[in-house]
Amino acid sequence: MSDASAGPADAIAPVPERAPVSARARARPRPRRVDEDPPLVRWGLTLLALGFLSAFVLVPCAAVVVEALRDGVRLWWTALVDPDALAAIRLTVLVAAIAVPLNALFGLAAAWSITRFRYRGKSALVSLIDLPFGVSPVISGMVTVLLFGAQGWFGPWLVERGWKVVFAVPGIVLATVFVTFPFVARELIPFMESQGLEEEEAAHVLGASGWQLFMKVTLPNVKWSLLYGVILCNARAMGEFGAVSVVSGHIRGLTNTLPLHVEILYNEYAFRAAFAVASLLFLLALVTLVAKKTLEWRQHHARHAARRSVTP
Amino acid sequence: MSRAPRRGVLPGFGLSTGFTVLYLSLVVLVPLSTLAVKSSALTWAQAWAIVASPRAIASYKLTFGASAAAAGVNVVFGVLVAWVLARYRFPGRSLVDALVDLPFALPTAVSGIALTAVYSRTGWIGRHLEPLGIQAAFSWLGVAIALTFIGLPFVIRTVQPVLEDLDRELEEAAAVLGAGRWETFRRVLFPAVLPAAITGFALSFARALGEYGSVVFISGNMPMKTEIAPLLIMTRLEQYDYAGAAAISVVLLGASFVLLLAINRLQAWTRARTGATA
Amino acid sequence: MSIAVRGLHKSFDGHPVLRDVSLDVPDGELVALLGPSGCGKTTLLRIVAGLEVPDAGEVLHRGEDVSSVSARDRNVGVVFQHYALFRHMTVAENVGFALRVRKRPRREVDARVDELLALVQLDGLRNRYPTQLSGGQRQRVALARALATSPRILLLDEPFGALDARVRQELRRWLRRLHDELHVTSVFVTHDQEEAFEVADRVVLMNQGRIEQVGTPAQVFEEPASPFVIRFLGAVNVFQGHVEGGRAIVNELEFKAPGATDRSRAHVFVRPHELEIHRAPVPGSFRARVERLVPLGGAVRIDLSAPGYGGGTVEVEVDLRRSEALALAPGDAVHLSPRRVRVFPAAADDSLTASGL
Repeated sequence: MSDASAGPADAIAPVPERAPVSARARARPRPRRVDEDPPLVRWGLTLLALGFLSAFVLVPCAAVVVEALRDGVRLWWTALVDPDALAAIRLTVLVAAIAVPLNALFGLAAAWSITRFRYRGKSALVSLIDLPFGVSPVISGMVTVLLFGAQGWFGPWLVERGWKVVFAVPGIVLATVFVTFPFVARELIPFMESQGLEEEEAAHVLGASGWQLFMKVTLPNVKWSLLYGVILCNARAMGEFGAVSVVSGHIRGLTNTLPLHVEILYNEYAFRAAFAVASLLFLLALVTLVAKKTLEWRQHHARHAARRSVTP
Repeated sequence: MSRAPRRGVLPGFGLSTGFTVLYLSLVVLVPLSTLAVKSSALTWAQAWAIVASPRAIASYKLTFGASAAAAGVNVVFGVLVAWVLARYRFPGRSLVDALVDLPFALPTAVSGIALTAVYSRTGWIGRHLEPLGIQAAFSWLGVAIALTFIGLPFVIRTVQPVLEDLDRELEEAAAVLGAGRWETFRRVLFPAVLPAAITGFALSFARALGEYGSVVFISGNMPMKTEIAPLLIMTRLEQYDYAGAAAISVVLLGASFVLLLAINRLQAWTRARTGATA
Repeated sequence: MSIAVRGLHKSFDGHPVLRDVSLDVPDGELVALLGPSGCGKTTLLRIVAGLEVPDAGEVLHRGEDVSSVSARDRNVGVVFQHYALFRHMTVAENVGFALRVRKRPRREVDARVDELLALVQLDGLRNRYPTQLSGGQRQRVALARALATSPRILLLDEPFGALDARVRQELRRWLRRLHDELHVTSVFVTHDQEEAFEVADRVVLMNQGRIEQVGTPAQVFEEPASPFVIRFLGAVNVFQGHVEGGRAIVNELEFKAPGATDRSRAHVFVRPHELEIHRAPVPGSFRARVERLVPLGGAVRIDLSAPGYGGGTVEVEVDLRRSEALALAPGDAVHLSPRRVRVFPAAADDSLTASGL
């Protein structure tokens, strides 16, 4: 640390960070790096950040758990196995089971079309895919009603056939599809774009048909991104509230998803039960986060490996 | 001799593009056009009466005002949290990092009742605010709090990667040139982060504009006072006033689209300026 | 199987990449497409493979028009620049891929894979994954994979571009030996002149979407057909002159310029090793001053200044023995005489002033 060309005095004493030397040098022997903040600043900022997160995230989450279990596990369980709650669970799962695969299919098709071919109007397609993020869920729900409600465009046609869409399960599925369709596409498109199409071209020249190419080369390469998108899509689909609220009709036991059931219970002042059902959704969110983190870690690993494999 | 399309030789173009366009038409274009058509059922005068009614205006003020306030809070604290997460190591850091994603993953109804429970007069935090004369739930403050929750991840997740990718050499250069930590932050680090912060603000704002689920519980939904625009739309629908609902939706959508456009421009500007992907 | 392309045109986004390209590759020949980046050589290769569709023109394999045949059905072997190995499959699965998608029986596939791995000297690595291999090994896997169905045409896109110098040398020699053994008609793309010269039977020089010259390495080097060819293949000095009475005049020197129009501008190209250095003036020489001597292993490059020639700077290359005999030092005044030159009329937009490239 001391310069060889410095005078004799400097050669003896260590270069001080700030005067005086003695006490500070003893208390903090290691000099601070220039890009490190003083401990006071560090701890102060950290506490402030943690305080902010606590007030806005941690405490509300704790509230869900505490309020749900406040009157004991038995009552919590009773609220969950209540027939209306079970029906809501079934409906939520059904809706997700239809909406998520449909949107995954769309995501794959859109990513394939956008990243593996050149044509005009691609950026228009991409903007259309991003659209739901700027649309309030209430509007999405309303649009479903406008289209398929009794006075909607397809209304009379549907009424004729006795098909109920709005205020029935099909309407809920449609509204959920409207709101969640970008999630898988938005994960796949950048990923497949950055991967490049050389492997698929190689498979094509080697004689693989479109289907073989897709199954043997493309899918294995995108599986983590696909899973990630599916998980996000599922979380949103199961948790959707605004859009479904408009379309649903709120018929207990029939057209209530879990989030709607929470609302009904809450509005009837059945707070315990409302939080019990909410805790189920909270659990779903936690599982989603864990899965998300695991996949991110996997993706990070895969990208690292891919980078190492492509460069010489 | 038939010419294959010049778009690329891989198979599946027709199928994939056809399906994509069909899906997008059904799911995006057709639904949105019904909005335009439905609201055009009104005359300009009728539409104006609805869209500019005192109640509607109050709801716009609340929605835009609270969204802006929430986004503002998120920008300030979001940059702070991003800084702490990117720079400092402390026990439980990865847990905290995961926590940031929670508002994104949690169903809005759950966050709605949870926030109400916490900030109501008898709530965990609300009971401490009451003696200070601050009423959180059932006021515009409650709306702002809910919107802050909703938009929280957007700023943090936009700013954090930028901070993590910042070259340490920048700070070292500043230090060697004589700048203190605060100066370095103010002159070197903050400007580098600013574009991402602005993008995060816009994203948070856009998300808050359309939010429904987390807000309707904590707001109390009092017309003219704590009624957000999406709720107003909902009310119109319940009264079967589809045209009116559509009209207000057009206003809300218009604002959101302008915002989305601004976001796109901002991101392009960021990329051009820093050469990095935000 | 012979390859022929006729009148190929191709543009990307309105930007022309190939302009009226025609080429013949006889059966069994190993041809290099050589040129600077952006000259269209990769596009030409991809069109022959069927990975791009030309805007106009035709592609013939063994005399048959395959323009409307998809890449999949052309049975061409392609080795991609970045290998394009299937990262989720083992070496064996990669190499056997073409046979598996044709539903060949398992035993046949395994036998063929073993045969190919032995051919590329990678037996014992069949269960490794691409990420576990070195660059040279990956390249050989890519080659084995391309040869699985015994294609009659092999196309390689900058096959050694991503490897370091020593591995590149080994693989070049190895590829040439492989070709001599298998006699598959092969076309490979490169921007490295040395590589093209070492490996190929004939070299196709391309520039800005056009073919400038086709010939053996010796032919294109000794008898370049255009200024581009002579400039691309190695360093060269360019002297500006004008034509008078059928001769190109550069300051005090005169050169034969058959067929050149009087009073037009001309460029006289002289390679560094075709300029002789003398201490005393000789007929047909011009004055120069030694500026710098750069040792290049077995030869010495001498940078000289000569007003009026090559924009003032001239490069000469002499072998070590001659250099020692001359005992030159910076500042010496010498005389240079060209032993051999090529004269080309100057194009209207040609603006060559520096020597070499």
